[in-house]
Amino acid sequence: MVWVNRDKCAIVGVGATEYYVRGKSWPRTINDMAGEAIMKACDDAGINVKQIDGFAYYSTAGAGYVDKFDTASLMEMLGIPEVGFSATLTSGGGGMAGAAGLATAGIMNGDAKYVVTVMALQQLKQRLGTVFGAGAPSPESSFLQPSGLVGPGHLMSVLARRHMHLYGTKRSAFAEIVMSQRENALNRPTAIRRTPLTLEEYYQSPMLADPLCRLDFCLETDGAVAFITTSSDRAKDGKNKPAYIHGSTHGGSREWGRAFAWMGMPDPDFASSGHKPVADRLWEQTGLKPSDIDVALIYDHFSAMVVMQLEDYGFCKKGEGGPFVESGAVRFKGGSIPVNTHGGQLSEAYIIGMTHVREAVEQLRGVAINQVKDAEFALVTGGPASLPVSGMILRRG
Amino acid sequence: MSSVISQAVPGDHIRISTDPSTEPFWQAAKEHRLTAPHCRQCGHFWMPPSPYCGVCQSQDIDWPTLPGTATVFSFAICHRSPFPDVADFTYVPIVVDLDGAPGARLVSNLVGVDPDAVHIGMKVTVDWNPIQDDWVLPNFRKA
Repeated sequence: MVWVNRDKCAIVGVGATEYYVRGKSWPRTINDMAGEAIMKACDDAGINVKQIDGFAYYSTAGAGYVDKFDTASLMEMLGIPEVGFSATLTSGGGGMAGAAGLATAGIMNGDAKYVVTVMALQQLKQRLGTVFGAGAPSPESSFLQPSGLVGPGHLMSVLARRHMHLYGTKRSAFAEIVMSQRENALNRPTAIRRTPLTLEEYYQSPMLADPLCRLDFCLETDGAVAFITTSSDRAKDGKNKPAYIHGSTHGGSREWGRAFAWMGMPDPDFASSGHKPVADRLWEQTGLKPSDIDVALIYDHFSAMVVMQLEDYGFCKKGEGGPFVESGAVRFKGGSIPVNTHGGQLSEAYIIGMTHVREAVEQLRGVAINQVKDAEFALVTGGPASLPVSGMILRRG
Repeated sequence: MSSVISQAVPGDHIRISTDPSTEPFWQAAKEHRLTAPHCRQCGHFWMPPSPYCGVCQSQDIDWPTLPGTATVFSFAICHRSPFPDVADFTYVPIVVDLDGAPGARLVSNLVGVDPDAVHIGMKVTVDWNPIQDDWVLPNFRKA
């Protein structure tokens, strides 16, 4: 059934700081960077920051994986007089694309008019790349952490291995994700990795957790990105063309559950992105099908998980993601579904998925660096991780 | 085939914590017994331990001694030390299906093997690695 709130709200402003290599944002602070992103998003939306009256976070209102956002602190800092909505999706980056749905819930409930979603990330003391290995484990993670799977990439390498075993997926498929996104980053001024990459260089990249090498891992960066959601009625008066929230789903099935934070998933869920339930609902909500999507911003913390998301969203059949990407299907030039046209988290920057929202909005406004001609529908996904995972489709205004 | 042999993660660098739901697993490990929570009402096995059976929500749980053998479901091969004060070494994190406890998995390490010889479906048997605070961690060797 088509979503009752389809196109009722829109993303009307996006703002970002520059992107920094891990740790290089110091002496800026999380709130300094978040403030810049929020004020730039307001400027992009054509509103004053004092008009913000709602906050819709994801990742349990985390700012990275160590710090936390606090609505009251942000209000005090930015002079926001009153809020009617302050909520978060739970768990981590899986909920990123669902935050727009959360904002829609607040707006359509009449609780707020202009809702901001923000993520800021600064990796000084604790690298995300080894976040699971730090400190004494909880009773639950005492069944995972001692194995030496110290970071998310190590954990997801185990999923990638299973995918290779079940379906014959080759490293050349992961290489194609890395190579195609690097090509997209070459002309993008905001991208951290902008030098051409050869296949030979890919295969020379050190194995961090076999079958994944360093280039299969996304960047570790600092920075902040924010976006403003409002009702479509108000969006008409905005400074820029709105990007309508055509659909936004989050959640997932028990079989996926805590995913690689436990590894209990049966086949075929184990070698997947866990996105199939939210993808199926997204197609139902919007009445669209994969071939209707013009550009896909697929959460790319690790190259192999892009392959599995393409399967779960139905761009190809389950298990055929490897040959699908190796056919050139995800290339900006000549591909049937251009993926991560901004270079993604593998080559541009990693702000826990938010750079994908920025790119989707640029594509739908027609101002992207690698502009997909006449792009009308953009898919954005949250990170394959412990539930909730999420997806969203934005429509050109 | 490589000449490298996979090692255990050094036990003096491993800490765990327990709660009343998980402690029976770790107490059994101290006695070199591999176990998993088992529902006496419906027969379901699961891991990691939690206060309810996920199938029938019963709290009537017992802890049978398992054969200690398992099958590799998936794995990674790592060559870098997880600890800044330990030199690089090769270790093989594994996800295994536990024999005698259908549906229950364990995330562990496969030690004493040529990493190039590890494969999904490989049969393995439990091995015990002493860790901090007098706890003992189950690892696995080739069966």
